[in-house]
Amino acid sequence: MKKTLSMILAAVLVLSLAACGSKNAVPEDGMTYAEYAAAAIESEVTVYTYFQAAQSWWEKDGQGVATIYTQDKDGGYFLYECKVSEDDYKKLVPGTMIRVTGYKAEWAGEVEISDCSLQIYDTKNTYVAKAEDITSIYGTDALIEKQNKFITVKGLTVEAPATYKWDGSGTQGDDLYLKVNLNGTVYTMVVESYLCDKNSDTYKAVEALKAGDKIDIEGFLYWYNGAQPHITKVIAK
Amino acid sequence: MRKVSFKAAAAGLCLALSLTAGCHGSRHQESFVIPEEFDTSKSYEITFWAKNDTNKRQVAIYNEAVEAFNRLYPNITVNIRLYTDYAAIYNDVITNISTNTTPNVCITYPDHIATYMTGRNVMVPLDDLFTNPKYGLGGSELKFDSPALSEMVPRFLEECILDGKHYAIPFMRSTEALYINKTLLDNMGVEIPEQVTWDFVWETSEKALEKNEDGTYKVNGQNVLIPFIYKSTDNMMITQLKQLNAGYSDDSGNILIFNDTTTKLLEEIAKHGKSKAFSTFKISSYPGNFLNANQCIFAIDSTAGATWMGSAAPLHDISADQMRDFETEVKMIPQFDQNAPKMISQGPSICLFNAEDPGEVMASWIFAQFLLTNEVQIAYSQTEGYVPVTLKAQNSEEYLDYISRMGEDDTTHYEVKIKAAKLLLGNADNTFITPVFNGSASLREAAGALIENTVKGMRRGGTFNSDFVNRMYKDVNALYRLDQIKTINGAEPTELGELPALSVLLLSGLGAAWIVIAAVFVRQCLKKHKADE
Repeated sequence: MKKTLSMILAAVLVLSLAACGSKNAVPEDGMTYAEYAAAAIESEVTVYTYFQAAQSWWEKDGQGVATIYTQDKDGGYFLYECKVSEDDYKKLVPGTMIRVTGYKAEWAGEVEISDCSLQIYDTKNTYVAKAEDITSIYGTDALIEKQNKFITVKGLTVEAPATYKWDGSGTQGDDLYLKVNLNGTVYTMVVESYLCDKNSDTYKAVEALKAGDKIDIEGFLYWYNGAQPHITKVIAK
Repeated sequence: MRKVSFKAAAAGLCLALSLTAGCHGSRHQESFVIPEEFDTSKSYEITFWAKNDTNKRQVAIYNEAVEAFNRLYPNITVNIRLYTDYAAIYNDVITNISTNTTPNVCITYPDHIATYMTGRNVMVPLDDLFTNPKYGLGGSELKFDSPALSEMVPRFLEECILDGKHYAIPFMRSTEALYINKTLLDNMGVEIPEQVTWDFVWETSEKALEKNEDGTYKVNGQNVLIPFIYKSTDNMMITQLKQLNAGYSDDSGNILIFNDTTTKLLEEIAKHGKSKAFSTFKISSYPGNFLNANQCIFAIDSTAGATWMGSAAPLHDISADQMRDFETEVKMIPQFDQNAPKMISQGPSICLFNAEDPGEVMASWIFAQFLLTNEVQIAYSQTEGYVPVTLKAQNSEEYLDYISRMGEDDTTHYEVKIKAAKLLLGNADNTFITPVFNGSASLREAAGALIENTVKGMRRGGTFNSDFVNRMYKDVNALYRLDQIKTINGAEPTELGELPALSVLLLSGLGAAWIVIAAVFVRQCLKKHKADE
């Protein structure tokens, strides 16, 4: 009897481990991040990834879409105008596992998935990315490896108050452009108004920054002809 | 940047389509009648929704114009709201029509006015205002030097006619230009012909794709090269069809775009999309950024984007280390028939919205005219490769001096910008516009979508064949509801049409119920009357 019980317990343990293992594996029809990274621009891709944040949901050509930041443990993805119903969009919370199909594209250096759609795949298997400190590689060639990930950059000095639009020609509610200095080099970072609108703490915090302020930032490493993080949090030093 | 415009454009399209179902929700206004006098002792507050090109100088000129106007007319307060996107203005105007909260004065495109006009008396026809001796163009009672009607560029003014009347005045005009990286062509040993043809651009673009053994492109030694990028694929399709005298649409709103010429044009575009000799703004990004980084040879963009073009461009949004030194040539866009060049006319116009108080409309009209003064026209035109819309400004000493000083500096007299402006000044008679009707804005987007879908399809390994074309035509037709445009346009905007049968039945029932109630009431009154007797 004991032997039989031991056999059964062992079998259960093996099956459980197998199940646990499969939970973190990419389903058969999906690509790993490495496979995605290696795929050619314009190729069709399917990835299983985890929702982190989104710009607002809206209707385009009668179809709900949202621009979404997602990440898995290996890398980040930017879903440009991803088709998603309003009902599903409302169900998305940071960490939700989604299945995305679309085409890998590149716009002004930003590698993204366009003409894509998503389905909520698993609400229990979650992953919320922690901000990865990329301060030491900011401004180097290695930075591209972190594109689209949730990141933090520390020890920045504000060069000048942020401007509404890149040249200051906008008004409150437009994207905020912030120039910061890191180790003597000036970089541009952005508060994307569809991600953090004018009523958000982030937008207000960036609006209030003055030249010389010392800050750390958190955000998603977006690209526009070079790194241009979308700020989600400012920490004053 | 692209995000906002696409979102606004799509929202505008959705709203426009819903609006075309009839302005059932809008309040009706009386048509505007010009008052005898404009009362300068009465205070007016008007709103002006303006559009600028993400250009600080343009914003400053608008603000300066408002201040200068207010000094002349202290009784008129102009509240300005700035946009950087026509589609966003369109979207907001449509949203506000139903609640009568439109602006008084608005920068717009004629295509958009056609949609605004589906509401009764929403727009103010301007013909009588033009010729009003006191307050019209060059009017005697105006406190500023307004251009006379004869001093407007006739062709630009004609572009503002809808349904036989002027519903707008032009504000600025531009066209498209071909910006060429001449240095890269020199590297290839290719000379630029006097007039560039489509064949030349396609052939040269393909030739430029030759690579070195290390995988870099021979022409620029870089890993990135898109030889030919077109910013507005809407314009590309429209212009190519116009150059070939092929169908696009007619004045009645008949959709003619799905024809054999379109298919042939797309077949050519498909070849170069597949080879990646050609791309678009929507697929790859701004042509100017690639041009300035030596990664593009032929960039077609508006002359109103000329300050972004060239290695000394005063405006650019790539980092300094990405900019390259090269010589920029500005040419007319490629042509099929060199003897009959055609290029699109574009640029902002100004329209007026009706208001309950005719005095408010007059205040708006007087302000709109102020935007035509030399002071505003010349200053604004200098911000980009724009051209003033009045002969008065074009022929003024100040403007002629500005043009003559081309290349003196890389700011006000930036060579590429003034070359672009001169391109339009010398070709105003070769410009065209497309018919404007309710739905023409959708057709314009559909024209661009045909190119975008073709290029994307080919880049993704698709094959250009009849299946591809037929499926795309069907999809685009459905997505932009082109099959509904004629029906929409054919309906009288102020008529709501016959009531549905169910409504007739319900209303008949209500009527019958009231008749029965009235009959019972009368009967009871009679009974009571008899009882009292």
